[in-house]
Amino acid sequence: MNLDESEKILPKNVFTKLKTKIAEYKLAGKKAETAVDKVVESYKKSRICPAESVGVIAAQSIGEPGTQMTLNTKHFAGVSEMNVTVGLPRIIEIFGARKEAETPSMNVYLKSPYNNSEKFIRQLSATILEVLLEDVTKEINVDLMNMQIEAKLDLEELRNLSVNFNTALAALKNGLKKCEITEDGDKIIIKPKSDIKIGDLFKLKVVASEILIEGIMGIKQVVPMKRNEEYVLVTAGSNLKEVLKIKEVDKERTITNDVYEVWKVLGIEAARTAIIEETLKTFNEQGLSVDVRHLMLVADVMTNDGQVMGIGRYGVSGQKTSVLARASFEVALKHLFSAAVHREVDELKGVVENVMINQQIPVGTGFYKLKMKEAKKQ
Amino acid sequence: MAEEEKKENVESNAEVKEEEPTIDILSHSYVPKFEILPQEEVEKILKELKVDRLHLPKILMTDPVVKLLNAKVNDLLKITRKSYTAGTSIFYRVVVNV
Repeated sequence: MNLDESEKILPKNVFTKLKTKIAEYKLAGKKAETAVDKVVESYKKSRICPAESVGVIAAQSIGEPGTQMTLNTKHFAGVSEMNVTVGLPRIIEIFGARKEAETPSMNVYLKSPYNNSEKFIRQLSATILEVLLEDVTKEINVDLMNMQIEAKLDLEELRNLSVNFNTALAALKNGLKKCEITEDGDKIIIKPKSDIKIGDLFKLKVVASEILIEGIMGIKQVVPMKRNEEYVLVTAGSNLKEVLKIKEVDKERTITNDVYEVWKVLGIEAARTAIIEETLKTFNEQGLSVDVRHLMLVADVMTNDGQVMGIGRYGVSGQKTSVLARASFEVALKHLFSAAVHREVDELKGVVENVMINQQIPVGTGFYKLKMKEAKKQ
Repeated sequence: MAEEEKKENVESNAEVKEEEPTIDILSHSYVPKFEILPQEEVEKILKELKVDRLHLPKILMTDPVVKLLNAKVNDLLKITRKSYTAGTSIFYRVVVNV
């Protein structure tokens, strides 16, 4: 086989390596072909066999180092007091496909001229930091006499966060369209335009206190950090969609650690990458090494359906087609009853079912069946 | 009252969203290269892999990438992933309705 033919068979990494080696040793003609043949043969041998139980191997390979992980510690990233979930809780969070990460965090990278200017970094971190009404007020009172809400602004805090009084006013006007917003010294008075009940007034207070004055919703804390000759903003809280809209932000590298958010903003394939990257990072942080192939397999299974599905009751394990396999996982009776009601048929093609009925499992050589070749009819 | 307020907020936000320019997510390092396979190649690939559309991994119609590519239901997407082990690897997904 010559080199060009092998390109279709070999993975890119192996192929480029083979190509450079052939050039290095100046192999040509028959010798080159022998080399290619050997590499192709050896590659074919190294592939996993059909019907190998890769899932069980992956489970073992991830589970074993998992026992060595820290169970319940928070670690503080850098000098700042920003805590990030690490270790086993983090792995459980990723594989469980939780909708809300416990400690969402973003790495915001910047485009080339901006990522070296300390001044710009400071400016940007101020503009993306979430400022709610409650952050800039001393107190928010419900005035039952006049049926209105008084928010007493903290002028010092306003100055610290470099927020304009008028910005706050405008944000409130925009957010609460059914209320009349007036200013009275350092107070902002929110008065509903129509008559409302007292209970609703208290609800309105809660809504008003969470109105975004400035910044990006969800970014609770921003810390500039220097990483490899450039400044990176590390945030607590995450809002990938809004951050990516900022002009100076590097749209290729900026990323959140929240897999669910990655899926919603960047799509299912990006979510797969995120699952692999995040789990790999978590294991490496703890000084453990897991072969990336196992993580790739888990990520593939989790994203197979086009949505991020957890490994567990409501995810992959609950989706199995076999009744017996589902019943053996959890709450056997529930599954058996519902299968009976819906007249489900178990084809006994999986592993668990066949263990239960004491038959050969479809794994390895047990995967194949003999089929008779019918004699030709005359 | 307060709830109505909230509702209205949500609605007004939704209106804004449609007008917003979509972010260019295809250049993101987490997003691999996507291509819509032309019809004649689809049959070839399915034959080569010896599978039916049903058995291929799926991608939802609502996926941001599908929206950007303007793919339709039953389209086959060829995905060229960057692989840790193999350099690049090719993957297929079928567009499905939710």
